[in-house]
Amino acid sequence: MSRSLNRSGRRHPLSSIALIVIGLFVSGGAYAAFTGTASAADAPVSATQIADGKALFSSNCASCHGLSAQGTKAGPSLIGAGALAVEFQVGSGRMPMSGSGPQAEKKPVQFTQPEIDAMAAWVASLAPGPGVPTEASLQGGNAANGAELFRVNCAMCHNVAGAGGALTEGKWAPNLHNIDPVHIYAAMVTGPQNMPVFSDMNVTPSEKRDIIAYLKFLDENPSVGGMDLGNLGPVSEGLFVWIFMLGGLVAITIWLTAKSN
Amino acid sequence: MVDKKSELAAKSSSAVSRPDRIQNPGFEPEHKRVTDESPARDSGAERGISVLFVVSALLSVAAFALNFIFPIVPGDLGTTRLNNMFVGLAIAAGLLALGVGAVHWAKSLMHGHDLVEERHGTRGSDETRGRAVEIFQEANKESGWTRRRVLRNSLIGALVAFPIPSIALFRDLAPANRPEDVLGFTSWKKGVRLTHDPGGVPIKASEVTIGSAFHVIPENILEMTEGFLDEKAKAAVLLMRLPLAELNEAEDRKSWSYDGIVAYSKICTHVGCPVALYEQQTHHLLCPCHQSQFDVSNHCAVIFGPAARPLPQLPITVDAEGYLVAQSDFLEPVGPSYWERAR
Repeated sequence: MSRSLNRSGRRHPLSSIALIVIGLFVSGGAYAAFTGTASAADAPVSATQIADGKALFSSNCASCHGLSAQGTKAGPSLIGAGALAVEFQVGSGRMPMSGSGPQAEKKPVQFTQPEIDAMAAWVASLAPGPGVPTEASLQGGNAANGAELFRVNCAMCHNVAGAGGALTEGKWAPNLHNIDPVHIYAAMVTGPQNMPVFSDMNVTPSEKRDIIAYLKFLDENPSVGGMDLGNLGPVSEGLFVWIFMLGGLVAITIWLTAKSN
Repeated sequence: MVDKKSELAAKSSSAVSRPDRIQNPGFEPEHKRVTDESPARDSGAERGISVLFVVSALLSVAAFALNFIFPIVPGDLGTTRLNNMFVGLAIAAGLLALGVGAVHWAKSLMHGHDLVEERHGTRGSDETRGRAVEIFQEANKESGWTRRRVLRNSLIGALVAFPIPSIALFRDLAPANRPEDVLGFTSWKKGVRLTHDPGGVPIKASEVTIGSAFHVIPENILEMTEGFLDEKAKAAVLLMRLPLAELNEAEDRKSWSYDGIVAYSKICTHVGCPVALYEQQTHHLLCPCHQSQFDVSNHCAVIFGPAARPLPQLPITVDAEGYLVAQSDFLEPVGPSYWERAR
């Protein structure tokens, strides 16, 4: 290694470090520039936006949540739910619900981002509630610490690899792969549906950033063991072993004891 | 005596020599394999098997070389995956080729005719048996085993006494403490603060918002250097806050919660899995191992599954600074049943 470097003299020993530093600056800068323009969090809330939001709410949400979001028998009150809950529920496609069931399912998102922002602004104007954080504030967590927090607080429902799992009576904890960091953050803060609330006093904002970093690490790094079979544990792995491994063993046993022709 | 012996021998020999009711059909005619009949197929099989062995050797060398073709770069999990996959496949295929070759050799080239190995009787000849009796009688005469009774009995006594020390030695294999002392109590005591798992930060009652679920360990085990995990495994607690209207409490346990904040053992009463799948709207707790369900709003009563008892509740209150503290230890043993448990 060092011999070839010395002879060719093409690469300085520190060049790889320099390359990493430059790469980090370029990607970080590009990401900051991109999210800085794309994020709606800093956009000022105008009276017209709130009015648009109220109109959208009245025509799409009020049948369940009530005309002034006070809640009905069919849906909870949204007073105090905050912009973050709207961003999560509508931005992930869970709301508006396609039908009543054990749990609101993810569907293709029904509204454009400005429409979601308008509804969020209107709900936020009713009463104070959690707001949408900037994407930049969710970057740069410590994945190792996040993994430990995830194992204690999240893994029992969402599976240690974030693959999700079953709950009671037809409900389930969704898988957490390739989720928008804002939605991961929003789920912890607002506790959608049956998920417990993980307020900033329980899991601090910097710990939430660490958990997001861990989930993003899982998205970006493949399983070391090769085929992960969905990371579902004994269900998929047991099925694989029973069908393919035992099947292979049976075939070998038959071949071993059969007479040669 | 002699008569009895010969009678027994006659009996046993008659049992052996009883004629079979069913005629021995003998072997099937020998099955001729293609390698027996065609020299070309024989040398073909030989070639095939040696090819398998050569392939196996090549794969073993390849498995070594693949370590360098796909090196593990620290910090890059993708390289570990490639390394594991290719090295593992090469080793596995090499071993498989070796085994398939060996079995194929035995089946197709080694001779294939059947043979019988006769079973022999186990009874010795009269001469051997007579000599054995002689040896015993001679030994008895020389040692005085039946004549010197005190000597013999004192030897038997010494041999009986010899294993006595092992009773104390093997006693150490039993649990050091009585199970009631180990399993019946946890680290929770009056005034011990509830702290975050894993951070160890004490929790204020005001921080537990409605719908929250906190994973809690006692403050007094944080500094433990030995046995921390054993203590945590018993003392782990799930802290939840329910709307007061949805919490049904028995009269004698109203003082165990604080303003809708309840603390329950996280150790399932079935076989001890951590129960922490809390649903904040239904207030159901689900154990992921065997699907026992507990209703937090009704003192964690079992509403489904194999668990036999509700989860034990930890009585809590707040101290002068507003931090949540335990009123006492659990009032019943946590976790699954054991023989010595009262109920």
